[in-house]
Amino acid sequence: MAGNTEPLSPRAKLAVTAGKAAAAVSRAAGRGSGSVIGGKVALKLDPDLLGRLAQHLDVVLVSATNGKTTTTRLIAEALRASGPVVSNALGANMPAGITSALAGGSDAKYGVIEVDEKYLAGVARDVTPKAIALLNLSRDQLDRAAETRMLAEKWREGLSGTKAVVIANADDPLIVWAASSSPSVVWVAAGQEWKDDAWSCPSCGGVMQRPGDDWFCGECGFRRPSPSWVLSGDHVLDPHGSAWPIHLQLPGRANKANAATSAAVAAVFGVPPQVALERMYEVQAVAGRYDIVQFQERELRLLLAKNPAGWLETFSLINPPPTPVVLAVNARGADGTDTSWLWDVDYTRLAGHPIFVLGDRKLDLAVRLEVANLDFRVCETLDEAVQLAPPGLIETIANYTAFQDLRRRVGN
Amino acid sequence: MSDNSLRLVWIYPDLLSTYGDQGNALVVERRARQRGLDVHRVDVRSDQQIPTSGDIYLIGGGEDRPQRLAAERLRRDGGLERAVSNGAIVFSVCAGYQILGHEFINDLGEREQGLGLLDVVSTRGEGERCVGDVLGDIDERLGLPPLTGFENHQGITHLGPTARPFARTRIGKGNGTGDGTEGAYNDTVFGTYMHGPVLARNPLIADLLLKLALDVNALPPTDDRWYEALRAERIASATQPA
Repeated sequence: MAGNTEPLSPRAKLAVTAGKAAAAVSRAAGRGSGSVIGGKVALKLDPDLLGRLAQHLDVVLVSATNGKTTTTRLIAEALRASGPVVSNALGANMPAGITSALAGGSDAKYGVIEVDEKYLAGVARDVTPKAIALLNLSRDQLDRAAETRMLAEKWREGLSGTKAVVIANADDPLIVWAASSSPSVVWVAAGQEWKDDAWSCPSCGGVMQRPGDDWFCGECGFRRPSPSWVLSGDHVLDPHGSAWPIHLQLPGRANKANAATSAAVAAVFGVPPQVALERMYEVQAVAGRYDIVQFQERELRLLLAKNPAGWLETFSLINPPPTPVVLAVNARGADGTDTSWLWDVDYTRLAGHPIFVLGDRKLDLAVRLEVANLDFRVCETLDEAVQLAPPGLIETIANYTAFQDLRRRVGN
Repeated sequence: MSDNSLRLVWIYPDLLSTYGDQGNALVVERRARQRGLDVHRVDVRSDQQIPTSGDIYLIGGGEDRPQRLAAERLRRDGGLERAVSNGAIVFSVCAGYQILGHEFINDLGEREQGLGLLDVVSTRGEGERCVGDVLGDIDERLGLPPLTGFENHQGITHLGPTARPFARTRIGKGNGTGDGTEGAYNDTVFGTYMHGPVLARNPLIADLLLKLALDVNALPPTDDRWYEALRAERIASATQPA
């Protein structure tokens, strides 16, 4: 438990200090926040540092393809009701970034940690978490990521026998497959709009049947577990059947799902749903996402969508036509260099919106929209797109590095 | 092909649609409609029967286990072989291309029997995956401009005597045999390793499939400026060192 373990060894202290020094140098050199380089230096000096830093904390890990940064933030807000929290709130979610974040929170009671999907099993081994939240798994960065089902299989092996309470989405068959090796699972019916990575049974390969909100394998009997927490419209139902209203500043169904999962996580730590949900209201934007910024006498809402599942959830939260939409797509290293996922996104949902297209791969997007029989304008810059759009709110949807480019341009 | 309608069959999107493969179906559908055709697109899930009366069949790329499941179910179904003997056109990509050959290596490391619709045999390479932009020249008998695509595979595909190389690569690995060939085709069945999706990058291949299915030599022109712009950009990008 927090606060009652031995203090850090001299070696671990040295590693933390060296890491902080490296981070300060990196910041001074203008190379970003320095959290990753700081963590790398510290881990090199003391490879067990991550585990040692976490010993002093009640840790919850959060992993998924989509929503992990936002959910980490919502859980952190909720747990602050019960004690100080340290978190990798900026999304540096590999071991070095996590180490660096934890090293900065020596007084914390809780560690709320976002973990990259590929590192979940290893980090779960190192930090002995009390809870692990698993939201969803879908296709992402196909040029270098592992197969989605293989990832679920790795989670399943890595979490088998874990002492943590696993809080998992009952509506995603891959998540259910990954989580069901764990002895203690709290199932949350958090919904899943994107279904195209789970038509094949992760257990036996049979074809999944998906009547309504239910799902089951027609061949082996693998099926949706009965949830104890349920997202139902604007409410979350707790295991006692009480309905708690979800009021968020963050838009969209997906964030209500993130809030429902976060409430279930908070309950593991003794924070009641009402308290947890009230605190989640405070979250306004997460690393620039959902922020509304003023730019050239317009309002831009900045929305990040990195993969087909994310685009689908984003289309469901934007304002209706004739609200203009700016779409920006890059295919740099951090985005994945294969743009074929654009064809998994149903852009016909944007019919009626004036559409402006930007980014390194605007021509891939142009062909995609042409084939969808939509009207669009291809622009060289954000400034050009904004000037062509009518006054008022502009929904601005971008993938990872394109989003960072837009934030820089609008000074966010 | 009956009067003014085109029956387009997309095989097993539940298993073989990992790399935006729906794009190939969307491009064929769109370009057929632009030519005034009435398109009936049928997406066949792997627990459904393959219709045998289609004009064009598309089969896409996928991960290793779904590829094995697709091969098992297609062999059991038998509908695609019947469609081909009825004269249907088949266009296949990556995992789907391997399935149409005589055999490939499955996710268990074993030889898996294919459908034998293309005279090719696939094995798995030992080295790194082939990942990246590809530029090639399509077999001149087909009269098409250069091939642009994105490859992401570990397969090596050897062509037998009745399969012709679909293209020769200038940049990229293609069939992975080291002889510069990419893909394979015979009179009615085509296979390629190219994603992109390949028909969005090469709309005239989609038109070739339409012409073969309609048994015509020419189609009314379409406004292809965005395809042309994309092609020029991808070809330039492939030829420039990173």
